[in-house]
Amino acid sequence: MEVVDIVPPVLKNNVAVTTIDKLFKWARGNSIWPLSSGLACCAIEMMSCAAARFDLARFGYEVFRAGPRQSDLLIVAGTLTWKMAPPLVRLYEEMPEPKYVIAMGSCAIGGGPFADSYSVVKGIDEVLPVDVYIPGCPPRPEALIDGMLKLKEKIMHPERVAESRKQFVRSIDVEKIEEANA
Amino acid sequence: MNEFETNEQPRTETYVLNMGPQHPSTHGVLRVELELDGERVIKVRPIMGYLHRGIEKLMESRTYFQCSPYTDRLDYISSMNNNYGYCKAVEELCGIEPPPRANYIRAICAELNRLSSHMVYIGSLANDVGAVTGMLYTFRDREDILDIFDLLCGARQTCNYIRIGGVAQDIPAGFDEKVRKFLDRVPDFLKEYSDLLESNEIFQIRLKDVSVMTAQEAMDCGMTGPNLRATGVPFDVRKVDGYGAYPDFDFDVPTGEHGDNWDRYEVRYKEMFESAKIIRQALDGMPEGDYMAKVPKMLRPPKGEVFSRTEGTRGELGFYIVSDGTNKPYRVHIRRPSFVSMQGLNPMCRGGLIGDAIAAFASIDPLMGEVDC
Repeated sequence: MEVVDIVPPVLKNNVAVTTIDKLFKWARGNSIWPLSSGLACCAIEMMSCAAARFDLARFGYEVFRAGPRQSDLLIVAGTLTWKMAPPLVRLYEEMPEPKYVIAMGSCAIGGGPFADSYSVVKGIDEVLPVDVYIPGCPPRPEALIDGMLKLKEKIMHPERVAESRKQFVRSIDVEKIEEANA
Repeated sequence: MNEFETNEQPRTETYVLNMGPQHPSTHGVLRVELELDGERVIKVRPIMGYLHRGIEKLMESRTYFQCSPYTDRLDYISSMNNNYGYCKAVEELCGIEPPPRANYIRAICAELNRLSSHMVYIGSLANDVGAVTGMLYTFRDREDILDIFDLLCGARQTCNYIRIGGVAQDIPAGFDEKVRKFLDRVPDFLKEYSDLLESNEIFQIRLKDVSVMTAQEAMDCGMTGPNLRATGVPFDVRKVDGYGAYPDFDFDVPTGEHGDNWDRYEVRYKEMFESAKIIRQALDGMPEGDYMAKVPKMLRPPKGEVFSRTEGTRGELGFYIVSDGTNKPYRVHIRRPSFVSMQGLNPMCRGGLIGDAIAAFASIDPLMGEVDC
């Protein structure tokens, strides 16, 4: 028996029935609160995306938060260096569940033009589980919007997120890097 | 007997507050250690390197042509100016003379980019002192400039349009009208910014007579560009060196008087009018001819070294290149104006309040990509 069948026929046209779980997913998918953490060039495109012309607010994603405790999406916009990796991982760990990560730009995906540098992490997926990759150097704001809509789809179907999370193994010990940096 | 009965002052200590690397007002990933005595700042210690990507080292393993995209990502808000600085240095090293048309196109691009960069400056300064609306206005008009760059080279931000010997391609059809249409709007939206911000009392109080820097202090720190001009020194590399097409144009170098936050803002604000003036003159006097000089496919500059400087958006942008005769530079060093300006942070913020440190920080316009290189 479906949940909808519980509704008496008289109320069929006036009452919408859903599960709490589905309601939560719908709400989460339509009001993602990103953490305003810009690392490099892509951060400017992220700002453009939130500003007047591209207006991320149309989709409900405009509430950029300054602290990790209030946000549920980490947009890694820019080059991640070994010095920045431990603070970024800590930011991610401070965010409450459920949380998502977008790798924006080629640097975040795989090091980009700095892949052979001595100080750059070759892709943030070495230290964080990534949900959506957005290519480009930097990606245009349209691409970021598209990526966030893809993330919305993924939030609506969390079983896919769980699948990709299971595969994630942090290949690098962040605590060791922190010690080495100190 | 406790300390209240002895009439002695209670003992106080300074304490250290850590700001960043994740902080909405640090413009990227800078960490600042503030030593505080209550609300007063005693010492500011910027800790950099959170975005150190080793660009100078990477350039040693790239050919001269391949190096130029890396300069886009140094000062990522004004990539055209960085391309210009690098290409000018390589041209001086090889003795290549760009054709006059290329020089004019370069001047247009550099000034358009200066406009867009100062817009980001005004927006983020307004944002940091509490006027979030400012950012929305400046970013709205910045999109028009990015559209022009999109038309020129297909990229919004990291253009790589200015190449060694000239520019990547000739200006496309419709470019002239589009830029002129934009220039007509410049006075309108600049007035809109000033109506929105400068007449606001809170904005004035946050900026006027706060974080003052004398001309001598600024020069001791090696500051250049708008930050130095705000203290009253009319030093502009475009005027002093007169490189490229700049001697052909008639423009003023705006200077401030007090060297406070307000002057740093005002100098940039006035510079935007001057940039618009330069662009209009360049469009009017655009010469016919080639847009690219004859440059060999495999560029092997003669042995030697060169230091070439241009007026970047944030100050004197210098490229020091050592060539060993091969097709790759032996050493590249970049004099990044934002990096040098960071030295001014301590003399500026000393004795001020914590909140003023944020405003001072926004007013010197540092960009982490350039600071850390």
